Amino acid sequence: MQQSASEASPNDHMRDGKLVTADGRPLKASLKTAERRRKIIAFAFVSPLLLFLIVSFIVPIGQMMWRSVDNPTIINTLPRTLEAMQDWDGQDVPDEPVFAALREDLAIAQENRRVGPLAVRLNYEISAARGAFTRTARTVADMEPPYKEQFLDAHRLWGNPDIYQIIKREGRPLTASYYVAATDRRYAADGSIEMRAEHQRIYMNLFGRTFAMSAVILVLTMLLGFPIAFWMAHLPMRYANLLMIMVLLPFWTSLLVRTTSWIVLLQQQGVINSSLVNLGIIDTGNRLSLMYNMTGTIIAMTHILLPFMVLPLYSVMKTIPPSYLRAARSLGANNWTAFWRVYVPQTLPGIGAGGVLVFIISIGYYITPALVGGQSGRMISNMIAYHMQTSLNWGLAAALGSMLLISVLILYWAYNKLVGADIKLG
Amino acid sequence: MALPTYAGPLERFWYYAFRFICCLIFFFLIAPIIIMVPLSFNAQPYFTFTTEMLTLNPEGFSLRWYEQLFSSSQWMRSIRNSLFIGVFSTIIATTLGTLAALGLSRSEMPYKGLIMGLLISPMIVPLIISAAGMFFFYSSVNLAGTFPGVILAHAVLGTPFVVITVTATLVGFDNSLTKASASLGADPITTFRKVQMPLILPGVVSGALFAFITSFDEIVIVLFLASVEQRTIPREMWSGIREQISPTILAVASLLVLISIMLLTTLELLRRRSERLRGLSPG
Repeated sequence: MQQSASEASPNDHMRDGKLVTADGRPLKASLKTAERRRKIIAFAFVSPLLLFLIVSFIVPIGQMMWRSVDNPTIINTLPRTLEAMQDWDGQDVPDEPVFAALREDLAIAQENRRVGPLAVRLNYEISAARGAFTRTARTVADMEPPYKEQFLDAHRLWGNPDIYQIIKREGRPLTASYYVAATDRRYAADGSIEMRAEHQRIYMNLFGRTFAMSAVILVLTMLLGFPIAFWMAHLPMRYANLLMIMVLLPFWTSLLVRTTSWIVLLQQQGVINSSLVNLGIIDTGNRLSLMYNMTGTIIAMTHILLPFMVLPLYSVMKTIPPSYLRAARSLGANNWTAFWRVYVPQTLPGIGAGGVLVFIISIGYYITPALVGGQSGRMISNMIAYHMQTSLNWGLAAALGSMLLISVLILYWAYNKLVGADIKLG
Repeated sequence: MALPTYAGPLERFWYYAFRFICCLIFFFLIAPIIIMVPLSFNAQPYFTFTTEMLTLNPEGFSLRWYEQLFSSSQWMRSIRNSLFIGVFSTIIATTLGTLAALGLSRSEMPYKGLIMGLLISPMIVPLIISAAGMFFFYSSVNLAGTFPGVILAHAVLGTPFVVITVTATLVGFDNSLTKASASLGADPITTFRKVQMPLILPGVVSGALFAFITSFDEIVIVLFLASVEQRTIPREMWSGIREQISPTILAVASLLVLISIMLLTTLELLRRRSERLRGLSPG
C-alpha cells in the first residue's frame, strides 16, 4: 500500500489540483490509512472482551439453543431400520425386513451401549419406549429369524404402529418435537400437530402465569414506586439523599438475604403471623399461608424489584421543571388535573423504562420463586431448571429457554426504543 | 413541596396522607432487611421474636448463631470461596471491561451499537439461560465443578457493569487533556497512567465493585456449575433455607447487610469524588 503510493507520487495527476502529504502521498489515501489504523486500534481494545464473551457466553447460549432442534440419536443408532422403513405404508405394523434391520441396529447399539440414550430419547415421544427398547435390546442377540413375532412377544409396544411413525418422523437430524412439546401440542395419529387436552397444557399455562405474575409485580412496583419517587424528587437534596440510601440499601443487599428475610416474615411461625396472633387479630389455628404460594412470590419479588422502578422514575422526575405544574394551576387546572394531565405524561419515559426493566427481570426470575413460591408460585425458569437438573430432558429445557430468551430480547428491544425516546425528549 | 399557608383542609389532608403512605412504602422497603439483625441474636432457634426479646430481657439474646457460624467449617469455606471467586472474577472483568470501554469510547470505533449490545448481553439474558448454556459449555471443556470455571462464568456476568460504568465516566472525558499531555511530550502510556487513569478511576472502581457484588451475590451459575468444593455464601444459604433451616442464616444475612452498607458508603464517596474531580459540583 505504502509502496504503491510512493511510486505513484511522481505521476502528474497526483499534483494536478490534488493535495499530497509531505512524503508525496495523496492526502486522501494518507488520511484513510490513518483512520483505518485508528479503527484497528479501537477494535484491538475491545477485541479481548469481545472474544472472551463470544467464546464463553454467546457460543454456549447458541449451542444450548441448538439443542432444542438437534436430534442425532435416532438417525445415528437406527440407520438400517430407517432405511428399511422407506417402503413402509405408515399404517400397520411393518413387515419382516424392518424388524430384521431393527434387530441388527439394536444388537450393535447394545454392544456400543447406545440403547440407553435411544430409549430415553424415544421415551420423550411415547412413554412406553424406554421399557420396550431396553428390554428388547437385551434379547436381540438370541433372536432367530423370522424376527417379527419375537419382537411382538417381547413388548406390547411393538404391536403399536405409533412407535414406527415416531421413529420415521424423528429419524431426521433436526426435530421440531421439543417445540411441539414446549407449546403444549402433540402429534396426532395422522401426523398433524394438535393442541393437547385442556388439563394437560403445562408449559403454555406456566408461560401465561409467569407473564401474569410479572404484570402484577409490575403494577405493584409502579403503585409503590411512583409516590416515593415523587416525594424524593420534590424534597430538598439533603433529605432526598437520605431517602435514596433507603432505596439503595435493599438494592445492594444480597438477593438471598432479602429472600431469607421474607421467609422469616411470611412463614406460618414467622414474624407477621406471630404478631397477628399476639395482637389477637387471628387465632393460632388460622395462621395465614403467605408463603409457598403465589402471594409469597409476588410480595418478595415486588420488594426485590421496587428499586429498579424507583431509580429510573426518580431520575426522570428530577428533570421535570416544577414551573409546569404551577403554570397548569395558574391556567385554571385543579390539583388533580394539573397532576394527571401535565405531570404524569412527562414521567412516562421513566415509567416505561422502569416498567420494562422490572418486567424483563421478573419473567426470568428463578431464585425467589424457587424458595418462596411452592407449587403455585413457580415460574417458567423453575421449569427450565427442573428439566435441566431433574428430568434431564435437555432438549425440552433448551426449547423452553429459547422461547423465554426470545421474549426477553423482544422486551429489551422495546426498552431500548423507550430509553431512546427518553434521550430524544431530554 | 412545603404546604402553603392558604391550603384548605382537603389539601392538608392529602398532604399528610401522602407523606404517611410514602413512609409506609419506605417501611416496606427497609423493614424486612433490618428485622433480621435483632432476630439473629435470638437465643432460641426460632425465626420470630420471643417474649424475652420483646421485653428486652438479656436472657433472650445470645451470640450463639454467630459462634456457630464462625466455628462451622462449611460456612468458613463458603466465605473463603466467595472471596476467592469474587476477587479473581473481578480482576478479569475489570481488566477486560476497562479496555473494552476505552475502545468503545473512541469516536472511530466501528459497529459501536452492535458491539455494545453484545458486551452487555450477559446482563439481559435471564440467568437461568446463561447458567444452562454455560453448564453445557463448561462441561464439554471439563471446567464444570472447578474454580476456573466458576471464576470465568462470574467474570462474564461482571463485565457489562464495568463496561457501562467506565463508558459513562469516559462520556464526560475531555479529550483535549490527552492532546495537551501529548503536546507536552508524554508518551501514550504515561498519558494513560498520569492523565486518563486518575480521571476514570472512580468509574473503574465502581465497575469493579459492581462486578464483585455480582459474583458475591450470584447463585444460579453456582447451582449449575459448582461442585461442593466451590460452594459460595449464597449457595450455602440456599441449602440452608432448603434443607436445615437454622438462625445461622440470619447471622450470615446480618453480616451481609453490614457489608452492603459499607459498599454503599464507598460508592457514594466515589461518586462525590468523581463529581468533584470533574468540577461538576462545588466542594
